[in-house]
Amino acid sequence: MYLLATDLWFILEKAILIACIIGLSFFIAMYTTYAERKVAGWLQDRHGPNRAGPFGIFQPLADGGKLFFKEEIIPLASNKILFLVGPGLAMVTSLVTSTVIPWGAPVVTGNGTIPLQVADVDMGILIVFSVVSVGVYGIMIGGWASNNKFSLIAAIRGASQMVSYELPMGLALIAVIFMTGSLKMSEIVASQAAHGWHVVYQPLGFIIFFVCALAECNRTPFDLPEAENELNFGYHQEYSSMKLGFYLFAEYINMFVSSAVITTLYFGGYDIPFVNEAAWGLEPWLLSLVSFGVLMAKIAFFLFVFIWIRWTIPRFRYDQLMNLGWKKLIPLALANMIISAAVMLWLRR
Amino acid sequence: MQLTNRAKTVDRRPMTFLESIYLWNIAKGMAITISHLFKRKATIQYPEQKRSFSKVFRGLHVLNRDAEGRENCTACGLCAVACPAEAITMEAAERLPGEEHLYREEKYAARYEINMLRCIFCGLCEEACPKDAIYLSQTFAPANYGRKGFIYKKEELLIPHPVKDKEAYEKALGDRATKN
Repeated sequence: MYLLATDLWFILEKAILIACIIGLSFFIAMYTTYAERKVAGWLQDRHGPNRAGPFGIFQPLADGGKLFFKEEIIPLASNKILFLVGPGLAMVTSLVTSTVIPWGAPVVTGNGTIPLQVADVDMGILIVFSVVSVGVYGIMIGGWASNNKFSLIAAIRGASQMVSYELPMGLALIAVIFMTGSLKMSEIVASQAAHGWHVVYQPLGFIIFFVCALAECNRTPFDLPEAENELNFGYHQEYSSMKLGFYLFAEYINMFVSSAVITTLYFGGYDIPFVNEAAWGLEPWLLSLVSFGVLMAKIAFFLFVFIWIRWTIPRFRYDQLMNLGWKKLIPLALANMIISAAVMLWLRR
Repeated sequence: MQLTNRAKTVDRRPMTFLESIYLWNIAKGMAITISHLFKRKATIQYPEQKRSFSKVFRGLHVLNRDAEGRENCTACGLCAVACPAEAITMEAAERLPGEEHLYREEKYAARYEINMLRCIFCGLCEEACPKDAIYLSQTFAPANYGRKGFIYKKEELLIPHPVKDKEAYEKALGDRATKN
């Protein structure tokens, strides 16, 4: 009873924060689809969508509305329950990852501080990893339940790709954890604010992490599970209407969240570079807002890079993907880890 | 035999480790794409902007009238004979007394149809015509929902009246007719 009574405000605060973050994720994902089409246009000397509203800014609403009104088709031979679970699981896992990310400097009020983070758990980064690994189940279940050979091949490709690229990702991350000595996301950000961004100390680790993040998000050049021209859209081939929308949307939310994770781990999170923002004497809520804006700007940059890469390079062949993962990235990540460990031991940091 | 000196031999040596992680080549590719971000867009925003055609562009057909607004066509059928796509159909009729202000000569085309889906816009009908009655203008056939809509009748083909609707006549006349 005591616990319930005291925690009511806490629960309310977290509920509001969760609602805000989910809303924000959906909003950003919506406009990432717009940005994707717009940037694709610009990179190909076109204008991109510009008919729905000024500069086409209502395009995502038009796309979403279209998906809602499309006919819902569930194949007769499919496994109906799993067919419905697949897109939901893809969406849930991509949203859950955002819980441990610190979205801004904590707001200090008279009654205490409100962290802009849903859960500052001790093993924050491990939660990101475990949830991202579960994320492949959305693809696998969808591909399996469709009862279609192309979808099944895509699901298998997706699973093997995830397994292959999680290893170098984790190894690159260990070097970061060496430097902070903590798995807590808030402490990783705090240590970067104090000692400088990790990307300066870990450039190779960052590159490995970024490449793996591309693979985990199923983005080009690692979009083998989708593979429009060989697998006919792969795991979501049989999906229509808003279930397809969920899959596509989950991909963009994944992109958003992994940009946030990259920013938090390597680019100082909500930290403003080269200045000591605490010395400005701003109102605490304003400072939080500014730091949140800085985080969003960094995330927007990474989203742009994701899109930029997609419209530059073609897809890897399956054997090239496996070669890159197992024969190139894992040795590089191991070397990176061992060298950073040796240097840190030498410097006695 | 070597035809040009531009041939490049393909380097088939296995990739070195640095090449095989692709980073440098990907960076080069990304530099190329980002440079296109600042280039002029090739798109013409169609309903607002229109592409300008060359002087010799062969577009939709126009059935011409003379300066008093009488139809030039005498339904001789030379255009239909010349047409390699067999797109032109016509029916002749005799001019009755009192219709002198409508048709220039005593025979005229009662029905004149061009199937714009068959037409290849070669301009041979224009060359065949002895009466300067048909020529190709500088507009093109707009999209349509049915095949029927692409069979252009006399109503669609006839040029506006030069006296009653001078402005539309001048506009429809374009550059090609004045040349003839």
